[in-house]
Amino acid sequence: MTISDPQPFPFSDTDDLRIEPRFEQLREKEPLCPVRLPHGEPAWLVTRYEDVKTVLGDPRFSRAEAQHRDEPRTRYHRGLPGNIMEFDPPEHTRLRRVVAKAFTARRVEELRVRAQEIADRLVDEMTAQGPPADLVAGFALPLPVTVICELLGVPLEDRARFRHWSDAMLSTTRFTPAEIDRCVEELSAYMAGLVAERRERPQDDLLGVMVAARDEQDRLSEDELVAMGVGVLVAGHETTASQIPNFVYTLLEHPDQLACLRADPDLVPQAVEELMRFVPLGSASIARYALEDVQLSGGVVRAGEPVVASNASANRDATVFTCPEELDVTRQEASHVGFGHGPHHCLGAQLARMELQVALRTLLRRLPGLRLAGTGQDLVWKSGSGVKGLEKMLVTWDAA
Amino acid sequence: MSGRPDADRDTSAAAPESGAGTQTWRVRVDATACMGTGICAGVAPGRFRVRDGVSHPTDEFVPPTQQVVDAAESCPLEAISVTHRDTGARIAPEE
Repeated sequence: MTISDPQPFPFSDTDDLRIEPRFEQLREKEPLCPVRLPHGEPAWLVTRYEDVKTVLGDPRFSRAEAQHRDEPRTRYHRGLPGNIMEFDPPEHTRLRRVVAKAFTARRVEELRVRAQEIADRLVDEMTAQGPPADLVAGFALPLPVTVICELLGVPLEDRARFRHWSDAMLSTTRFTPAEIDRCVEELSAYMAGLVAERRERPQDDLLGVMVAARDEQDRLSEDELVAMGVGVLVAGHETTASQIPNFVYTLLEHPDQLACLRADPDLVPQAVEELMRFVPLGSASIARYALEDVQLSGGVVRAGEPVVASNASANRDATVFTCPEELDVTRQEASHVGFGHGPHHCLGAQLARMELQVALRTLLRRLPGLRLAGTGQDLVWKSGSGVKGLEKMLVTWDAA
Repeated sequence: MSGRPDADRDTSAAAPESGAGTQTWRVRVDATACMGTGICAGVAPGRFRVRDGVSHPTDEFVPPTQQVVDAAESCPLEAISVTHRDTGARIAPEE
């Protein structure tokens, strides 16, 4: 097969959390579908669970090869030079190991108490002011931003600046290419400044660990160090900040499931997994290139051809999940691919899980009757961003 | 650049003295901790296989190889352990 007659992808232009209606049909009839993304060369799109796992996890599919190609992508920006998504193992492993220890389940668990303190303080502020409140600005954003700033060692007072740069970096159409280039340059210079500070005054935060890994052990280059700092800062808050309101919104749309969680808050960890499966955060994965001919369920991908995977579609695959279109917070089934799969599986997955658990538990416990405010303009969806979510979410609750 | 772990670099330096050339490592996955991320199978191709959401080492006993150390150190659940077959001493992950 060759990639001919590619169809424009994403197929539809919805900002909310509706899943592409065509995924179901593609999984059944055209599991290897030629597509053209907004940027780069045509690609194959895979939508079945097993194929998605193969493309993301099998070493015959490469990220490094994309560096020599005009890779298919939804976002204009390709990431900073030396960022971890440019590499395959073992080079990728070399970089990942510099930071992996900070994100193990065990280390993240030690941050839970602090995350809970932050969450409680934010809810204190919301209740002190009284409803209605914007859940995004008042809770969903400052929780992960504060956690990642403390972990990495970035001054919290700079958050308005790096938020803007981070938005630009993840933008699809929200910013112009010139704006994106400028913002990414500024973010990169900002991170380089924090690195320089640590060389003057060593610190034991994660950025300090990364600087020591370069200066004392030569484990990564200067570009790689700055790119890693930027990657952890951007990925470390944007995704969780989007998923907290996405999860609350989804639960409000499924009142029986919300009631189930209220009745048994110990279901929260399971609910977080189910919501990670159910809520589509992005439209397609970063592209992988086949290093040799690879047989997938829908045909052969030839050596040198790029493939993008839809994790959101894989998570709705009826051959793997029972009634995949239903949200079921008690579901105990195969592992979802909401955090990806393979060597590039989300570095911060354990941190995100912990933060999402803390967020849901805290909101359920402290804001009884949590619901949309009913202003008629409660929800403003982000548009032109590679990460789906809400810009604003006005909520109310039963005041004590 | 120094310090880059090549996939099949000789890692006898990481192991205690006893008969460096002839020793064998033991690779185990704690199925209760494993979440099937597939990181290990990507980091150490051919050394791990994920089945039904749980990773299994393809061989429990392996000659010393950097790949399995990398896999153990990269696992966010710390579900992989690499030990000396004979002494039981831990090689990875680091405490």
